[in-house]
Amino acid sequence: MKIHLTQVFVDDQAKALHFYTEILGFVTKHDVPVGEKDRWLTVVSPEAPDGTELLLEPLGHPAARTYRDALVADGIPLAQFAVDDVRAEYERLRGLGVRFTQEPLEMGPVTTAVFDDTCGNLIQIATQPR
Amino acid sequence: MADDLFKALADPTRRIILDELASRSGQTLFEICSRLAMKHQLGISRQGVSQHLAVLEAAGLVDARREGRYKFHTLNTAPLRQIAERWPPPDPSGPESTP
Repeated sequence: MKIHLTQVFVDDQAKALHFYTEILGFVTKHDVPVGEKDRWLTVVSPEAPDGTELLLEPLGHPAARTYRDALVADGIPLAQFAVDDVRAEYERLRGLGVRFTQEPLEMGPVTTAVFDDTCGNLIQIATQPR
Repeated sequence: MADDLFKALADPTRRIILDELASRSGQTLFEICSRLAMKHQLGISRQGVSQHLAVLEAAGLVDARREGRYKFHTLNTAPLRQIAERWPPPDPSGPESTP
């Protein structure tokens, strides 16, 4: 068994696609219309095109918003992405106007930072020791 | 008035929280929890840390400010002045040094 797909609930799929591809640098894997306006919209890392897909899922269920907002208020990230250098990525993303709720922080061997994905979620980036 | 302050300072975990907020201002609950766990090996539940923060807030040592959808905590050392005023250090130009 392996993790094939995971998801984040997003306010607006078009806005999310822009952020996850143009800002973060992921690439679209599937973009299929589902129902009236929703899309089956997944992105992958260009470093692993056949790797785990991230589903940018429309915020359909009312409970999802309550859950997400409570996590954001306490600064809890919903997903973690691996980067080679958290500090470099922090500078790059800040230059693109991304809002961080936690600046790069060394915690033992791991360095992490947390940013707002502009679609309702906090995302953690982390650099693991080699 | 100072009872809340002394109660807040009496707990070692709360003093560590103050140390961490002194090292960087404006932290989310998540960051405070991460620092306690990773830097100090303190396995306290998020709820536990929340309760410690509530005690520190009641004593005026921590300000929690909402900024849009986020909530950040900052250190406020102003109440500590009450301690210094209550037990001021001896005056260096005190009676011994004056003829």
